[in-house]
Amino acid sequence: MSPDTTPLPTRREFLQRMAGGILVFVSLRDLLAAQAVLEGAAPSRRVLPGLPTDFNAFIRIGEDGRVTGFTGKIEMGQGTITSLGQTLADELEVPLDSVDMVMGDTELCPYDMGTWGSMTTRFFGPALQAAAAEAKAVLLQLAAEALGLPRERLVAKAGVVYDREQEARRITYGALAKGRRIERHLDVGAKAKAFSEYTVVGRSVQRRDGREKVTGAALYAADMRLPGMLYAKVLRPPAHGATLKGLDTTAAEQVAGIRIVRDGDLVAVLHELPDTAAAAFLRIKADFDLPGTGLDDRNIFDHLLRVAPDGKVAAQSGDLTEGARRATQKFEATYLNSYVAHVPIETHAALARVEGAKATVWASTQNPFSARDQVAQAIGLPAEAVRVIVPFVGGAFGGKTVNGQAVEAARLAKAAGRPVQVMRSRADEFFHDPFRPAAIAKVRSGIDADGKMAFWDFDDFYGGGRGAEQFYSVPNHRTSVHGTDLLGPPGSHPFATGAWRAPGNSGNTFARESQVDTMATAAGIDPLEFRLRNLGDPRMIRVLKAAAEKFGWTPSRPPSRRGLGVACAIDAGTYVAAMAEVEVVAGEGRVRVRRVVCAQDMGVVINPEGARMQVEGCIMMGLGYALSEEVHFSDGRILDTNFGTYRIPLFSWLPRIETVLVENNQLAPQGGGEPAITVVGAMVANALHDATGVRLLRLPMSPERVRAALA
Amino acid sequence: MPDSISLRLNGRPVQLNVDGDRRLLWVLRTELGLTGAKYGCGEAHCGACTVLVDGAPVHSCRLRVKDARGREVVTIEGLEKDGRLHPLQKAFMENDALQCGFCTPGMIMAALGLLNANPRPSEEQVARGLERNLCRCGAHPRIVRAILAAAAQMGGES
Repeated sequence: MSPDTTPLPTRREFLQRMAGGILVFVSLRDLLAAQAVLEGAAPSRRVLPGLPTDFNAFIRIGEDGRVTGFTGKIEMGQGTITSLGQTLADELEVPLDSVDMVMGDTELCPYDMGTWGSMTTRFFGPALQAAAAEAKAVLLQLAAEALGLPRERLVAKAGVVYDREQEARRITYGALAKGRRIERHLDVGAKAKAFSEYTVVGRSVQRRDGREKVTGAALYAADMRLPGMLYAKVLRPPAHGATLKGLDTTAAEQVAGIRIVRDGDLVAVLHELPDTAAAAFLRIKADFDLPGTGLDDRNIFDHLLRVAPDGKVAAQSGDLTEGARRATQKFEATYLNSYVAHVPIETHAALARVEGAKATVWASTQNPFSARDQVAQAIGLPAEAVRVIVPFVGGAFGGKTVNGQAVEAARLAKAAGRPVQVMRSRADEFFHDPFRPAAIAKVRSGIDADGKMAFWDFDDFYGGGRGAEQFYSVPNHRTSVHGTDLLGPPGSHPFATGAWRAPGNSGNTFARESQVDTMATAAGIDPLEFRLRNLGDPRMIRVLKAAAEKFGWTPSRPPSRRGLGVACAIDAGTYVAAMAEVEVVAGEGRVRVRRVVCAQDMGVVINPEGARMQVEGCIMMGLGYALSEEVHFSDGRILDTNFGTYRIPLFSWLPRIETVLVENNQLAPQGGGEPAITVVGAMVANALHDATGVRLLRLPMSPERVRAALA
Repeated sequence: MPDSISLRLNGRPVQLNVDGDRRLLWVLRTELGLTGAKYGCGEAHCGACTVLVDGAPVHSCRLRVKDARGREVVTIEGLEKDGRLHPLQKAFMENDALQCGFCTPGMIMAALGLLNANPRPSEEQVARGLERNLCRCGAHPRIVRAILAAAAQMGGES
């Protein structure tokens, strides 16, 4: 239950301790630079630290033959502890169960910017694979020397190198590593296997973290215990923008064992028991000056449009005026998408220990290296004196990137002289959450007499631009993005906003695919047929047809009253098309999604079952932003404090979900954790229209909104 | 003033000297060192803290310790017997019925409570039985599948 309380080794000590073994370090500057560019929509306003100068991935083959991969990525449910292990096992020719992954420890693992953007497999996977390929080359060389055979005669398989002509002549990896100390540093480019040679990659394997997680043994940040630790309850303002005016802690101080810490703007109640700290906290009297923004969840869109930044053209071709002239029917609509919370079931938590000039923080975070830098700055230590360790993370979805709880725990531990754990209450979690920004998309479009799109003019406000660009074969088009980051310019959003699973794309896809359906309806053409008629991209045509085949889609003039909807999108290099069947519960306005088919082309699939799991997760989670999730707020107050008012999908919502992984082994692995969530809002909106003839232009399509629209 | 409270925890007698008004969840997670039950909401909405009390699922974030006096409490840590996983635990693993895993202990305990009351539930009964357990990752289809598989494997016994 406790983390090891003996002093933790430094990286140098750690590497020295690996007396024997083969270590391979890989530096992948090019890939990291690519990741940095893709991170144009970085999840927070922080300054990105410089790219690492040493290395980005390393692996070790130990004297016991076990293989360990080290990565600054973290496991938050997406399953990369398994898929990265598969990549290593395959390239190195070892059984999967002899591979260990060490993740998210800033002392032991190479620098990493953070786990987001569906980039682990796309960008880190190749680094790990290159390291493994190099390690195998070293092993084969060593084996050639040990066995006195030419390298060409040797085969590596299941952790053993043997003579292909006389299999009894063999030596294990462990024996090869014994007593050795071999380090290799290489740049990207070691020759890795071709897809056809894979034996572990591409096969479904059970999650490797399963046993720990079903027994309760898996530790999360709030499960960490240290001798003498205190639990903190941190004072937070009642509203964003409020400032502390007066504070009376007298009554709280009466509780036995209570300590109050006030460190500038940070006020906290500390106790050896978390519930006692929380109870004493209620006795604190705090007065705040409230700002009074006048903004709430009803008037926010007017405000956002009023202060919107100018658009930057992200894509254009042809001539919109010419397109409008040729169009026989024109359409214009504004689509709204509400603020949405991340609500991982694990609230933000951290345990910090500050001893002299060294600090260790166990934190639930998606970016341990940023957390390290933030903690170091907050408590006045150099970054190398701070170690952040990320245990299992209980869901994050883009929301665990700000690390306020880690900084609080470290400041309080320093002030109290004892280890301190901070675990946010659910209300605190809602309050501090950097919500998915509310976004607006304005679309003008037109079709010609043949049902072909003649022009397309799309303005993305606050969506950050991801997924804003359309992919139909429309000769005259323009896409403008107003505000390319998710934080919005100062004075726009009344609280922090940031990345949320496939940031921006869900709203942009909702707008685009709703508009496409509107045109199909006006043209009297089946929505699938309309899309195929207007698409030239063979990958998209293929996924749409794959979804249609699985679904058993039969064409009909919309609205068909069958409650069927389709939508497609591109996200993180992956193509996705989905179809749904819905029904509207009469009188209640409740939309019940009965069945979903989702087809996805994500390039090489490392763990098919893992990929299907991510698709199902996207569909289920996506039903929330589609049907119920919306942050309620007024004058900087976040009115949602728990699941009673902020409704996330329940078991009773579960549709039958079928996933089709469209084979594309010519393409390297693409994103898997996010793409399928982008289509859910549009697919359900289109199905709702197909069922009722009514189109909703605002998410979520809550029962109240559906009732009002149907009335 | 601490109360003296005895109960059975995972098959063993336990004697506690704690304020009886404290919620079971925090006593489990601190004094008793069992962190399998999780805090998720504190208001019995999410089910991450679910344990069994006398065989029935209970939100331990709401239950006062004194109300567990003399009763049989089972947490996720109590399911594995002699290194052998409970059929539900095995089924959750075999069906990949988890992602981040944070809701998993509560999910399994709620499922066990459900099977205690209804050893051969239909798919719909499983979904209804877990309505008060939230999963944010979207592992729902696999959780339902795992529970049905475990029920079949347990042959109608709980």
